[in-house]
Formats: sequence, structure tokens, C-alpha cells
Amino acid sequence: MPRSATPASPSMSVMAPAVAWLIPGAGHLIQKRWIRGLLIMASITIMFVLGLLMQGRVYQPNGGDILDILGFVGDVGAGGLYIVTRVQGWGHGAIAHATADYGTKFLIVAGLLNFICAADAYHIAIGKKP
Amino acid sequence: MTLDLTHFTAAVLFSVFASVVFGITQRNTSREQIRYGLYCFVLFVGGVFLAGWVMWILRH
Repeated sequence: MPRSATPASPSMSVMAPAVAWLIPGAGHLIQKRWIRGLLIMASITIMFVLGLLMQGRVYQPNGGDILDILGFVGDVGAGGLYIVTRVQGWGHGAIAHATADYGTKFLIVAGLLNFICAADAYHIAIGKKP
Repeated sequence: MTLDLTHFTAAVLFSVFASVVFGITQRNTSREQIRYGLYCFVLFVGGVFLAGWVMWILRH
């Protein structure tokens, strides 16, 4: 039986996407979408960690090449995962081999997927989605 | 620790995680989400095989 779409409190419409960005899946969890939240959390976190283990490049804030800027935008979408990675100094600044290129894509796509999840958490909060 | 996956394994793992998120975010009911997730996964993996064969044909 599908859950009906009911608008949550106005504060939830701000908090859900913010929390979802910071901790992947948390935007769904705080709205009691347990299974969806856990699946999102697992998928994005594992994808990001795999990217790091494959020695993917972690982009830093930059104003240079457009692809580097877009890479940073993708990476920063992972929220807390990206912040922890930067603080700990994990990841690599340059791609050394073919697998590392995959790792770079894993990191960027994990961030981009998290942006989609944050938008989804917002849609749930405003009652647009059950 | 370094992970050295094959291209195919990396592509399949990518497909799994992206399909899970697409399924959850792009559909409303659980049934639709599972169906759409599987659909995305098949398209991703199918695309990998298709691209592989195209590259093989171009190479030979």
C-alpha cells in the first residue's frame, strides 16, 4: 500500500534537503522513509568509498578549467563524505592509472546522486511525493 | 589500501548503485521503484555490452 503524500512542517522542507546533502540518506530517514534512506545511504557511501579506494581524484575548489570546476561541483554533492575526505587528506590530486579514472567518476557521480536524493527528500517534505 | 577493479566490475558496481538511487528517486510506489531500478540496471549493463561490441568492431 503506497504511503500518501502529506506535506510536513515548513521547517522540514528546509531541514530535509540540508540534512540529506550533509549525510546521504538522512533526509529520507528523518522523514521515516527507513528503507529508502538506508538504501540511499549505503549506495552513495559505498560508491564514494570505492572511488577513494580506486585512487580517484578528489577535486578542490578552483576557478580554472571548466571540467575541474564541474568535478568539484560533483564531488561536493557528497556533503559530509567530501568534507571528511578533505579534512583527512584522503584521495589523490591526479589520476595515475585507468582504474583511478573510474574512481574519479565514482566520486563525482556519488555526489551528483546525492543532489538528486536531496531534491527527492525535499519533494517528500513538501508533500509532492509519498 | 588500493582497489584495482576490472573495467567490467567497476561498470557493474556503478550500475547497481546508480540504479538503486534512480529507482528510489524517480518513482513513487515501492513496486514502481523496484521495476524502474531493474530497468535502469539492465540499460546500464546492456549499454556496457553494446559499447564493448562497438569498440571491438571498430578495433577489428
